[in-house]
Amino acid sequence: MPTNTLNGHTFTVDDEGFFTDPDQWSPELAADMAELIGTELDDAHMAPLEFMRSDAAEHGATPTLRRMHATGGFDIKELYRLYPGKPVKKMAWLAGLPKPTGCV
Amino acid sequence: MATIPDGFVMPDFGDPAPADNGTTPATATATAATATSTGPRRMAFICSKGNLDMAYPALIVGNAALTEGVEVLIFFTFWGLDMINTQVNDKLKFTVSGNTAMHMPDLAKVRPGLEYKAIPQALGNLPGMTAYATRHMKEEMDKLGVPPVPEFLDLLAASGAHLYACKLSYDMAKMIEADLHPAVEGVITAADFVELAEGAQIVFI
Repeated sequence: MPTNTLNGHTFTVDDEGFFTDPDQWSPELAADMAELIGTELDDAHMAPLEFMRSDAAEHGATPTLRRMHATGGFDIKELYRLYPGKPVKKMAWLAGLPKPTGCV
Repeated sequence: MATIPDGFVMPDFGDPAPADNGTTPATATATAATATSTGPRRMAFICSKGNLDMAYPALIVGNAALTEGVEVLIFFTFWGLDMINTQVNDKLKFTVSGNTAMHMPDLAKVRPGLEYKAIPQALGNLPGMTAYATRHMKEEMDKLGVPPVPEFLDLLAASGAHLYACKLSYDMAKMIEADLHPAVEGVITAADFVELAEGAQIVFI
């Protein structure tokens, strides 16, 4: 498995670059990673990431967009605005979680 | 945007590459020349069926496309119009009749091997069978986190999908505007849709 190093943080990833061990994540690392995709992690950006991490820790799977709305109470439009393009993948990556496997 | 370190493995988020690169114009031109459209990827779904099992494919694939940054258009025509008719879209049905691929994983509990046996077509016509099959499918979809059709339309609309009703079908079904799901952007002709779908990959269901 590839190992990434960013500003002194080291973490293992799968072939695509998603985390394989969520424990290697830290908010500081997430902020540095966000800069790589031109995003600044303010509170609004962090809230969904924190929900994803706690939900994944509890249920063992990266939550889907629908779950983030239905269970986390997040607004779908807002998530697309915060993370344009590929919101689910971007959030899963920044939250240090495996690639999402849910379909909806 | 910060520079990606050498050897750093990260997913392709499809975002435009930074312009200061300066080493890729040749590749970029080659890609543009082979693609039919130079804009962002687009997918246009034509939903022509009103059975529950045929309503889901476009909704699921369309949703997946949206989360991948693909622009999505959906044109509801003929029986597919029921998917956006609020009087019926929460009551779409699934029938065993005419579906020879209908076999039930749960039957393995009765006798191993039975889960691969197609349900006899004659059973599909028994009173209550369609209601039972519909209920069963809805339960299975719910377990997988797949929302009911009306909620799914809201999810797609919030994700930026463009939904249209087919004018011919709308007139033929004598549908009224009050019954259209609120996320539907308009009742348009087939020609309008063809125009809107320029450069899109078409999926007919």
